[in-house]
Amino acid sequence: MKRRGVALRRATDKAVKVISAVSSLIGVFFLGWILYVVLDRGFDAFNLAFFTQLPRPPMVEGGGMANAMLGTLMITALATVIGVPIGIMGGIYLSEFGLENRLASSVRFYSNVLMGTPSIIIGVFVYGILVEPMRRFSGYAGAAALAIIMLPVIARTTEDMLNLVPNSLRESALALGAPRWRVTLGVVIKSARTGMITGVLLAIARVGGETAPLLFTAFNNNLMWPTNFNQPTANLTVTIFNYAMSPYEDWKRQAWGASLLIMVGVLAVTIASRMIFRANKE
Amino acid sequence: MSQSQKKQDGSALKSGADSVFQWASAACAAFLLIIIAGIFLELVWNSRLSMKEFGFGFLISDSWNPVTDKFGALTSVYGTLVSTAIAMVIAVPISLVTALFLVELAHPVLSKIVGGGIELLAAVPSIIYGMWGLFVFAPFMQDHIQPFIKDHLGFLPLFSGPPMGIGMLTAGIILALMILPFISAVSRDVFQMVPSVVKESAYGMGSTTWEATRKVTLRYGIKGIVGACFLGLGRAIGETMAVTFVIGNNHKVSPSLFSAGNSIASTLANEFTEASEPLYLSVLVELGLVLFGITIIVQILARLWLGRMEKSMGAGL
Repeated sequence: MKRRGVALRRATDKAVKVISAVSSLIGVFFLGWILYVVLDRGFDAFNLAFFTQLPRPPMVEGGGMANAMLGTLMITALATVIGVPIGIMGGIYLSEFGLENRLASSVRFYSNVLMGTPSIIIGVFVYGILVEPMRRFSGYAGAAALAIIMLPVIARTTEDMLNLVPNSLRESALALGAPRWRVTLGVVIKSARTGMITGVLLAIARVGGETAPLLFTAFNNNLMWPTNFNQPTANLTVTIFNYAMSPYEDWKRQAWGASLLIMVGVLAVTIASRMIFRANKE
Repeated sequence: MSQSQKKQDGSALKSGADSVFQWASAACAAFLLIIIAGIFLELVWNSRLSMKEFGFGFLISDSWNPVTDKFGALTSVYGTLVSTAIAMVIAVPISLVTALFLVELAHPVLSKIVGGGIELLAAVPSIIYGMWGLFVFAPFMQDHIQPFIKDHLGFLPLFSGPPMGIGMLTAGIILALMILPFISAVSRDVFQMVPSVVKESAYGMGSTTWEATRKVTLRYGIKGIVGACFLGLGRAIGETMAVTFVIGNNHKVSPSLFSAGNSIASTLANEFTEASEPLYLSVLVELGLVLFGITIIVQILARLWLGRMEKSMGAGL
């Protein structure tokens, strides 16, 4: 071994320790900076009108984003209703029926690819299959785009969670004479419930803050409440984009308010899912 | 009805319901494959006008003029690659030492808090980064960072031109912030996979923490870390909102990192709903196809690499 002074080795070690501590502080520092700015400027935009009224035309002070808040909730809810059952059934197949077969292994592979596909591509895809044939932007198209983004996330977490269920549980239920589908739905899923809820919540958190897939699907709608999903539908994230790029100060102010709402919503769901998961583990 | 007959009926019903259940779940799983195939086919089909008009020259042409119908992908591809490269150069080293800190150095309580904070940073929606980037970070770049760089390195063409705040460099830095938590989290998991016996034997021979890390942990986990970087790369390439807010949206190839540029994703976000001509729309879809192709290649490489690593990790030790 090369001879190097103990002092030098110790000094190098110290230096690396300092550098790595500082670098990890950088991450925390930026998190703090972003949180602070969004909280600070977001709260400035909050007032009763912001939560209860429709947007006003540019240059007219006041108005709110109530329709966009409702729209985001409705689009995300519809996406969940579409995406969760399909995703869970897909996950069941991977875990219960497809241990080694070719369909399952290619689904595993391509669901990872789908997870890594830029969400704006999903937007272009849904534009092509729904918006163009229907000749209009719609809340349905927005929900479909978000559902596609949720699918692989839910399928893979479902598979992982079901794989944690011990086989003896399946075997004892089968030995009692229960058919496979009842074993899966009644016993296996029941014991993996918490983990699956975590996965669903994480998927909701992921799509709840998405903007890119909604730009060419749900589009936006400043004029009306989201009563008709067959039309362009107001939502918070696209509104933030439009308002932030506008030259109007009042709109920019409101964009910060919407950013705060989205951030708090997404982080709350994320933290909730972690807490549920942890509580179950202990 | 006799006892045995009943039993038989019951089991026939059982297996019927079972096979329906199995087929239904298989159909849902196959749906994922259909979507991937559908995305590819739809992008190819809807970009046929553009392919016919421009052919392969599309990829190397830097013109972008919706009025005269002259389009090329070069500026967008260039912007995508440059902003991603900046992001990787900044994010990879910082993520690695952060992961190192969390696993090897920090007190477990501190590690939990910092680790949790970094994981939350990964959950913040990209549009928040965009807002913060445009209204807070870009002015900060313009007033402090860019003039500083200009004073010291202004002779390089990389840093020529007026400091505008927005532009390629700012977009790259924000992308770096976005993928940093992701790469850190995966690298942390990789470091934790290194068996403690191996590390302990290094310490037992009198290594310092850094020596044990460099010669044992890093070497053991290098493949996993490369995989993590690939995944981060895949994210950075397709990131839309954060980049769209700060890159400046200008169809020009410029050597200066201060200048405004565009990326494939930002071009799509800005121009897709405004494209009224069929050819214009088709050009944008072809840009999407290029982006889809790039991310798929990155993803497949990353997954193959990670799969190989898992096998070798499972077999070794």
